[in-house]
Amino acid sequence: MVSALTASERTGALAILFALLGAGVVMAASTATRSDPMGFHGYLVMLYALGVMVALLRGYFDAEPPSSRLEHYYDDPTKAGIILAMGWAVVGMFVGDWVAWLLAYPDLTFNSAWASFGRLRPVHTTGVIFGFGGNALIATSFHVMQRTSRARLPDQLSPWFVLLGYNLFCLIAVSGYLLGITQSKEYAEPEWYADVWLVVVWVTYLVLYLRTLARRKEPHIYVANWYYLAFILVVAILHIVNNLAVPASFAGAKSYSLFSGVQDAMTQWWYGHNAVAFFLTAGFLGMLYYFLPKRAERPIYSYRMSIVGFWGITFFYMWAGSHHLHYTALPQWVQTLGMTFSLMLLIPSWIAAANALLTLNGAWDRVRSDATLRFMMMAAVFYGLSTFEGSFMAIRSVNSLSHYTDWTIGHVHAGALGWVALITFGSIYALVPWLWKRDAMHSPALVEWHFWLAMAGTLIYVFSMWNSGIIQGLMWRTYNDGGTLSYSFLDTVEAMHPYYIARAIGGLLFLIGAVIACWNIWKTIVTPSPGAVSVADGQPLPSLLPAE
Amino acid sequence: MFQTHYRLERKSLRLVLAIIVVASIGGLIEIAPLFTIDETVETDPQMRVYAPLELAGRNIYIREGCYACHSQMIRTLQDEVERYGPYSLAVESKYDHPMLWGSKRTGPDLARIGDKYSDQWHVMHLANPRGVVPQSIMPRYPWLTTTQLSVEHLGDDLRAMRTVGVPYTDAMIANASADAVAQASPDGDTAGLLKRYGEATQVRAFDGQQQTVTEMDALVAYLQILGKLSDAAKAPQNAKASGR
Amino acid sequence: MDVSHHLVVVFAKSFGLFYLLVMALAVLAYAFWPANRDRFDQAARDVVEDEDEPWA
Repeated sequence: MVSALTASERTGALAILFALLGAGVVMAASTATRSDPMGFHGYLVMLYALGVMVALLRGYFDAEPPSSRLEHYYDDPTKAGIILAMGWAVVGMFVGDWVAWLLAYPDLTFNSAWASFGRLRPVHTTGVIFGFGGNALIATSFHVMQRTSRARLPDQLSPWFVLLGYNLFCLIAVSGYLLGITQSKEYAEPEWYADVWLVVVWVTYLVLYLRTLARRKEPHIYVANWYYLAFILVVAILHIVNNLAVPASFAGAKSYSLFSGVQDAMTQWWYGHNAVAFFLTAGFLGMLYYFLPKRAERPIYSYRMSIVGFWGITFFYMWAGSHHLHYTALPQWVQTLGMTFSLMLLIPSWIAAANALLTLNGAWDRVRSDATLRFMMMAAVFYGLSTFEGSFMAIRSVNSLSHYTDWTIGHVHAGALGWVALITFGSIYALVPWLWKRDAMHSPALVEWHFWLAMAGTLIYVFSMWNSGIIQGLMWRTYNDGGTLSYSFLDTVEAMHPYYIARAIGGLLFLIGAVIACWNIWKTIVTPSPGAVSVADGQPLPSLLPAE
Repeated sequence: MFQTHYRLERKSLRLVLAIIVVASIGGLIEIAPLFTIDETVETDPQMRVYAPLELAGRNIYIREGCYACHSQMIRTLQDEVERYGPYSLAVESKYDHPMLWGSKRTGPDLARIGDKYSDQWHVMHLANPRGVVPQSIMPRYPWLTTTQLSVEHLGDDLRAMRTVGVPYTDAMIANASADAVAQASPDGDTAGLLKRYGEATQVRAFDGQQQTVTEMDALVAYLQILGKLSDAAKAPQNAKASGR
Repeated sequence: MDVSHHLVVVFAKSFGLFYLLVMALAVLAYAFWPANRDRFDQAARDVVEDEDEPWA
């Protein structure tokens, strides 16, 4: 992969890695006198920089790439991004299922700090949202922006900087939680130095995207790019504002957020809700609007609706965050505003879901036979369902029941498993054979297995959390005839037990599906297409694959 | 050629600008009014700040991710007020950088847990929750009792808190480490601590051990102050908790 | 302080509605403007077509 970099890019990469190494040394050295966990991250940064440096130096003096490379798209970072996304998927889902079992059997912590629920939970959320989701978004966006612009990436260094820099952020984040480094801001837990690093990476990503668009040969910017662009832009704004903080010392990890109390609550949920909107929705809609038409071999049903939906989502979501704070100390008019806009949000959301499903009109026979396309179809269905549920739960009276309970967890996972993960798996199954020049995935049967495991896992998960959430919410507010509360809090904890076991089983099925996907993708990568001469072992493999 | 290129670039920048404008107006309109008043509803001039030991305990609460399962926000619903106490007011978390309102109650709300249980109950419960409450699904934290609290840099923490708006005095910052130790050492010299943070400051060997200041001391000191920084919520206004 | 807060709130509430309507009209006009039709149809068709190499 280094051989694809020009000499000056290799020098640039080396300079960046030295700078990173230096930053790691400074972090480790500044904590030398005060035993702060940030010191560990200093060593981690150094190790990461050295590791990449070794890989770079091994190919450093290879011949420069021929200028004919410019006649092809640059897909190496996309390929690496897909593999990283799948790796994070397994790690993040494994930890997720682990913490699910912890809620059913709380003594599985070995009496150690790192293994308690509070520290592992952000490992799960960061692992799946940023590790799996983020890498998938970066990888597919590189692919989509080149194809739809009919232009190659402007250089070969910055996509690697974005991808590897982003994964360094994820590593710092996840390892930090285990050590107890956290800001406690949900879905934005990493401390100040990780946040600063992510800003650098993210700005590079934005500039890379804009540079590619500026090179485009196709005058119109395809709508998938709008979604990706909104994802990159708004996540930058959200990240910066939500993470404003003053470090206690530059020689330590701890910082204190600029905002407090009600302002901080509003800021955190403005971030939290819009992270869902622009990370988990806009970005993945970008994926949907490219890979679904491609795989179905039909143009999107209504391009105009995709535009209307785009501006609707960009506009409405920003107002909706306060529905996370119903009946709290937040002023009521802000709560009402949040609720109203959450309801209106249903319009652009359903436009997108309907647009996706209507695109499949005339291709339903292929949905039946092609599990990859079925992944995308079900993703659109779950997108429609979970956005409906979200608007419903934003209604104040519904929220008074659902808030603080597992219903929220069920809702989030209907979106995360049913929508985000399914569209990602579908896109990756479509993309892997294209990128590695294979006729199809190594085993279509295993794609089929994965689909049904994912489907069963999602349904078990969501139904058990709906049950436990609604039961718990109702028990909390049940009065007996004497006018006193009927159930103690502990009664409700006990009532959750069977649902927690069912949820953990659902999660396990989903995890098994992801592991199967990894194996299938790996086999697809290492197994040459029939007919093509194998470079690896010198003999073509017999065809296992029926034509699609 | 140059012409087309220039036009294309302008178009993508126009899209960028449009996205920024459309997306940020919603957030601005919703959040901006919250910043135009110092406290969105009430004020409490009597409100006291976290003493250094309590702040250290708060940081342990954050470090262990307690907020993932415990809220600190009692909503204006009758059953919540009956179960947990007067509903939370905005002013009560005005010194909370960041706020810990939480979003999930796998365990009960803790906004008013202060003084509800004895120190000893908390120490036993944190070390082994199921030893005290058999049905509990909370993790154990036995090492808190044996881990020395690191107090030497607490002055930095107070200074950062002052930078973001908490009224810590120079004397509080200068004596932060000593005050943290003093609060967990009832036999020692506590005059300075009480002078700086008020006579009502709870001074106890929270973990039951006189000699050492442990993380358990800090965490229990924090839990015991929850809901007690301000008396604002005890005012009669809390009678009007909305229906249900 | 109180007066300016009041103004901000009033502005937030009323301007929000106005902004919503203008925004909706502008987007719908853009999406359904007859002159844009061909461009959009073309864009939708283009992605599904073969695209193995960047254009020179």
